[in-house]
Amino acid sequence: MTSTSDIDTSAAARRHATQVPYRLFYDQDVYDAEQRHLFRGPTWNFVGLAAEVPEPGDFKASFVGDTPVVLTRDRDGALHCWVNRCAHRGALVCREPRGNRNAHRCVYHQWTYDPAGRLRGVPFRAGIDGKGGAPADFDLARHGLQTLAVATYGDLVFAAFDPAVEALDDYLGAPMRAALDGIFNRPLTVLGHTRQYAAANWKLYAENVRDPYHASLLHLFHATFGFYRSSQPGRIHMDPRRRHCVLESWPADAKAEAARLAAEDVTSYRAKYTLADPSLVTGRPEFRGLQILSVFPGLVVQQIQNTLAVRQLLPKGVGRFELVVTLFGYADDDPELTAIRLKQANLIGPAGFISMEDGHATEIVQRAIADRTAAESVVVMGGYDAADRDDLVNEAAIRGFWQHYRELLGERVGHAPGGDRG
Amino acid sequence: MPPEVTVDKLVLRQAIDDLNAAYAACIDADRLEDWPAFFTDPCLYQVVPRENVDAGLPLALIRCDSRGMLADRVVAHREANIFGPHAYRHLIGRAHIVGEDGALVEARTNYAVYRTWLDSASYGETVLYSVGEYRDRIAVSAGTARLVERTVVVDTARIDSLLATPL
Repeated sequence: MTSTSDIDTSAAARRHATQVPYRLFYDQDVYDAEQRHLFRGPTWNFVGLAAEVPEPGDFKASFVGDTPVVLTRDRDGALHCWVNRCAHRGALVCREPRGNRNAHRCVYHQWTYDPAGRLRGVPFRAGIDGKGGAPADFDLARHGLQTLAVATYGDLVFAAFDPAVEALDDYLGAPMRAALDGIFNRPLTVLGHTRQYAAANWKLYAENVRDPYHASLLHLFHATFGFYRSSQPGRIHMDPRRRHCVLESWPADAKAEAARLAAEDVTSYRAKYTLADPSLVTGRPEFRGLQILSVFPGLVVQQIQNTLAVRQLLPKGVGRFELVVTLFGYADDDPELTAIRLKQANLIGPAGFISMEDGHATEIVQRAIADRTAAESVVVMGGYDAADRDDLVNEAAIRGFWQHYRELLGERVGHAPGGDRG
Repeated sequence: MPPEVTVDKLVLRQAIDDLNAAYAACIDADRLEDWPAFFTDPCLYQVVPRENVDAGLPLALIRCDSRGMLADRVVAHREANIFGPHAYRHLIGRAHIVGEDGALVEARTNYAVYRTWLDSASYGETVLYSVGEYRDRIAVSAGTARLVERTVVVDTARIDSLLATPL
């Protein structure tokens, strides 16, 4: 368990930790500060799965915050990530979403880079007939693409702009590493991608995935078809800095559940509907329950029944975000298990039975604060602190997110830790 | 190659165009309960981002392999899922028959779907929501034409907000 001794319980700090100014979701200056000091600051940003670039020369275009980047694998198998902006005059070097090549050539003037982002060729460098060309002291080594630090955990590839960022293992922390180890423990197979574009600030989604309280209230699919048990046990587990969130739930013990139902008004739990085709939820025993693993700032790893996916949360302007979901299985899956994962994918993504609402929920917040209100949200379920919890009726991890956000950005966005904002 | 013209083929295409017109009317008029009847049982209805088709990856946004699963989608739409109230308007191109195997016809047809918000904050606002292609296998016999498979290949892979109502 993590220590709670560092939590300031003064009234001002308490108010601070439990009320989030809506301004943080619509203010352009806040957004710009996040780009510079959060996404391009000391944070590890998910850019892809190693299984998306398995071969030498493979590449995948992605983003860190607003910045277009490219994840590559070189001839030796090493992974690289660079800003997708030519060192010459700033054009996109890589214009395809993914592919394979060992030389990345900017179409504008054909400056050519290797997968590590090093400049390898400049046309007419020596000029023509002794005229024009690059200066005699032009040094290819000084005009490479801007590179990011790259680190992997399992199949997850992260990139960081700030080389002073802590080591990835330390950044993730023990609870997150333990949870990820349960998923990323053997070779993966990528099954496909979905993309969802919501008219809402990215942090509304970061809150959503740290919020077990909404699960049974907003997502009614399970209750409608008689699967949900309100007493389903679960827990919230965070790193010492509370920036990440391991959210787990698992089926109640059968005997305890039967006793509880016997003691309550059972009829109220009897679903009105049953699935005409229950093959949707006929899975295979594989994991204990459900896991939503949120890595600050923009990665979510999910395991829901037999679906495994990473969700990459990308800001697209102050009132927009994109969610890129990549479903995967394991290289040793048999065809039947792959078919189960693909069928259960009906549960997740932009059309998912238990996920489509999240995009809507974030959007109706953004619409409701369109008047640029000075009001604040109230985040008090389960108390005032950001300590771990062993229930699912709390907002502790949302408070944890904001605690860390204030540590990173507080003074720059007028939301400093420990003080009143007035 | 220019297509061969026969009376049989004209009649067949007319039957498929009629099926598509009725399909569009069913969804656009919010008669979703009638939607599963456009399919055989079993069937395959799937909505696949073009991104995955191009990459040879199998993931679909929606995948139903029985009329029961289609009906479950409709019940979830009515009773469980929460989304902004909206209406669709399908514009479906004429069917392009690309293959025939006995009573089974293979066709490809372009579609565009406009979405109009019907909620309090954005009533009447319309956007071009999705464009793509129906890749169909259709069982045609005397008196009926039903979808054995409709794979909706979605060019608009970046789904605006969410996908609740079938395309």
